[in-house]
Amino acid sequence: MSTELVTMNIGPIHPSTHGVFRMRVTFDGETIIDAEPIIGYLHRGSEKLAEERTYTQIVTLTDRMDYTASMTNNQAYILSVEKLAGIKPAERGVWLRMIAAELQRIAAHSVAIGFLINDLGAWHTPLLYLLREREKILELFEMMCGARITNSYLRPGGVFMDAPDEFWPSLNRFLDEMPERLNDIENLLTDNEIIVSRTQNVAVLNKEDAINASITGPMLRASGVDWDLRHRNPYDFYDKVSFRRPLGTVGDNNDRYLVRLHEIRESLKIIEQCLDLIEPGPIKPEEVPFLVRPDEGDSYVPIEAPKGELGFYLVSDGGISPFRCHVRAPSLMNLTLLRDMVIGYKIADLFVTFGSVDVNMGEVDR
Amino acid sequence: MGPARDSFLFEIVYCHLSKDPSCDSVRYINFSFIPVELNWLSFSLTAFFWIFAFVNAALISVLMLIWGERRLIGKFQARLGPNRWGPLGLFTPIADAIKVMFKEDVEPTLSDKLIYVLAPILMVVPVFMIFPVIPYGAKSFLTNISVGVVFVLAITSINSLSVLMAGWASGNRFAIIGGIRAVAMLLSYEIPMGISAAGVVIIAGSLSLSEVVEAQIIPNAIFQPLGFLVFLVASTAELNRSPFDITEAESELVAGYMTDYSSMKFGLFYLGEFMATIASSAVIVTFYLSGWRGPSFLPIPGEFWFFAKWIGVIAIFIWFRATFPRLRIDQIMSLAWKGLFELSLINILVIALTMAIWPDPTSTQLLFMTGINWAVFIGSIYIFGKILSPNLTGNKIDKRKVVYGLD
Amino acid sequence: MFGIGLLKGLFTTLKNLFGPVFTVQYPNKKVGLLGALKFHKKTPANFIKTQPKDFVKSLAGLHEVPEYPDQATRFRGQDFNWFEDRCTGCASCAKYCPLGIIKIETKPSTRDAKEGSSYDIDVFDIDIGRCMFCGLCVEACPFDALHMGSGFERANEKRNGLVIPVDELRTAIKTPSTWFRPQMENKNYRPKENDAEIKDYRDIGRHEKPSDDELTERWVNER
Repeated sequence: MSTELVTMNIGPIHPSTHGVFRMRVTFDGETIIDAEPIIGYLHRGSEKLAEERTYTQIVTLTDRMDYTASMTNNQAYILSVEKLAGIKPAERGVWLRMIAAELQRIAAHSVAIGFLINDLGAWHTPLLYLLREREKILELFEMMCGARITNSYLRPGGVFMDAPDEFWPSLNRFLDEMPERLNDIENLLTDNEIIVSRTQNVAVLNKEDAINASITGPMLRASGVDWDLRHRNPYDFYDKVSFRRPLGTVGDNNDRYLVRLHEIRESLKIIEQCLDLIEPGPIKPEEVPFLVRPDEGDSYVPIEAPKGELGFYLVSDGGISPFRCHVRAPSLMNLTLLRDMVIGYKIADLFVTFGSVDVNMGEVDR
Repeated sequence: MGPARDSFLFEIVYCHLSKDPSCDSVRYINFSFIPVELNWLSFSLTAFFWIFAFVNAALISVLMLIWGERRLIGKFQARLGPNRWGPLGLFTPIADAIKVMFKEDVEPTLSDKLIYVLAPILMVVPVFMIFPVIPYGAKSFLTNISVGVVFVLAITSINSLSVLMAGWASGNRFAIIGGIRAVAMLLSYEIPMGISAAGVVIIAGSLSLSEVVEAQIIPNAIFQPLGFLVFLVASTAELNRSPFDITEAESELVAGYMTDYSSMKFGLFYLGEFMATIASSAVIVTFYLSGWRGPSFLPIPGEFWFFAKWIGVIAIFIWFRATFPRLRIDQIMSLAWKGLFELSLINILVIALTMAIWPDPTSTQLLFMTGINWAVFIGSIYIFGKILSPNLTGNKIDKRKVVYGLD
Repeated sequence: MFGIGLLKGLFTTLKNLFGPVFTVQYPNKKVGLLGALKFHKKTPANFIKTQPKDFVKSLAGLHEVPEYPDQATRFRGQDFNWFEDRCTGCASCAKYCPLGIIKIETKPSTRDAKEGSSYDIDVFDIDIGRCMFCGLCVEACPFDALHMGSGFERANEKRNGLVIPVDELRTAIKTPSTWFRPQMENKNYRPKENDAEIKDYRDIGRHEKPSDDELTERWVNER
């Protein structure tokens, strides 16, 4: 009896794809033979728009690229601008930047883990527990800069305004409560036999493939490669704080989930150390003009965003807008390997793998 | 007429209708107007009254379960459930029902219209037949069939036929695949259910449900924990609930058997699943949690204990749904055939051996048998975990730890 | 042992069952009798006397009281607060908006010149339908005339209704948020309190207006 291969389109609108993402999947019975991703449904022309706007106005554009992690987008862009224009940032501004970036890392990893478990079928319970913690972080952001998600908190030279007085006790309260909540979530998820049997040894990615395909971020560290830009190319004051890099051993979905969970704990440690080291002072140097006008040249400063290595390549021709702005988006680079990871496994594993790669379509399509 | 008069519920209504002298002691109020010659009239009126009451009670309890499940899952997730319509959101099921009824009934062009229409009806109607058979109190049942256990198990397996009909009649290639997968799962979990029920029957000595309840001096959940666990897991799978809800979640990708149904036909599937949940909980309470029996030193009627345990078992089903993610289909089949089947065989073997050695146990012997059953329970789960579970699924599993990078 | 992870998960969910709920029931929530007494801050007898219908509704659990989430003072709201007396019509805000939403039309001043004069402003429209509330216009204003508001309920049925015309900006109640206005934060200003309206344009700037003696010194005596 002959069988035939079935080609199906998992459309841009689907409850399990995080954003508008289309895949054309061919499978034989239950096993996947081919999975072709088709992207571009969220393209908004951010890079072209950036050529028309001044350097401070582009900060609002960068918020909206990876919309679950605005602070780190801002940080990557502002570091590039500072290197291009030769601005030396103020110390307190840098410490505030680091606190904001690490809080954002906790929020982005919470979203990633929550939606991964949601794709596995737990009816929103772990997702809601993690979003409850993320709500507290978003309230902290609202205190700092007035908006919860699209922050535009950073400016060339530092941050735009100092944190208010009610921020510090709330931050301390958050730091006290978070480790117990994480223990709760670990009890619920990590040893759960159902999650273990659905995610272990599924979609394995080994070291050589990961390095050859320029994967970065938690996905790379889950495959066992010891690479974190905060340790290798330290930017801001990351060389003054100490934290560890969690690594996986096998490189399957379970490792990617565990690496993100442990990175949340490391971020809490970094924030506590920043709180000890921060000093009162100006948040932006006085001589930074309103309209930044850098000399001709180009710059690229990559940072460790929650999704991987994020960098803005800026070319300036001496005016108030950049001549060219290109974004090295980690989600797009990590997405190229989805097809190879998924071939040979079952249909039900497709969405779990996609969730563990942790893609944000705003960043893929810009 | 004889078996019907055993039932307390039947007696109450019958005696207040008929002037039959044999039930003089039961009449509370001296109100009866149908003479003895027209006994068939009072008999049929009583029967119709109780059928009406049971059907309505079943439907209303489904409405209450819809409300209860959504609010309880909300509390598990640290949020409120529906609370806008009516005080505490009590009118939400009415809004749900209106929504389902007013949707457009889209019918695909099919080859088999008859089967398409019959499938949701077949899902709902047989479940009504479970409610009259279950003893709610010492003599509160509607009929006392002498083969109650087999009857109940047979009815819970009709829904696999309905699923197959729904998948086939949709004419959609993915619905057929979804339907066949669902039927495979449902049939595989019938067998551990049946064998665990056999363990209950050995203790009771007869197949009748009221005998099963009366023979439980220690509740069967404590006496045979392995059987209880197997029956609970198999029931969850029979109801298509989490963690076995691949059919409801539409296989996360491919259409499930229900996709081509809309409006009231989908509403009937929904209704059937909830009613089956309530019926299965009643069955579990009867088999394993000693039905209407409660501590005898309290002057509370048996019906109260039954309802309390009933709500508890439904809450356990909802608790499972709120906590566990989904299993893949091949993992579900492995669990049934490589796990639950063997555990239920071990269970019935141990029970049969112990009942053969001590056919009429005194209370100390009962406690000793309970101890043996618990030792077998823990031992077999341990061995099952060590030997079977690393190879239970398609992929190997191991103990995973996170290492940290060296500086 | 197999199943310990599942049991741990079950107990975690059970613990959260008896924990607090984190829903904020915006815009109003239904309360029973105790919640109604707590919200209105009345004794039971007073409550029955002054609000009999609400008392009956609260017995059934149907009395609605408003509830809003906590809002930070720096919240960038959806309305804008504009102090005309401070505005000179320089249109820095319009130039700095990344989307070009603010529309300003001015003509030369018809007022007496005091120490420099500002333009007469005919049109000052802000289109909220396309605004992204980034606040760069507020950051750009050199005279602290434009501030972000603190409200967020400006939904409208028509797209034209989303444009804030200059008349509404002139006459609205002004409760600005403290975004990029450190002088308001130093005064501990809270826009969501009951008497938070700013009536006088002099209360809001970051520079003090010089006194008459200083003005005479600067403009008259040094010439």
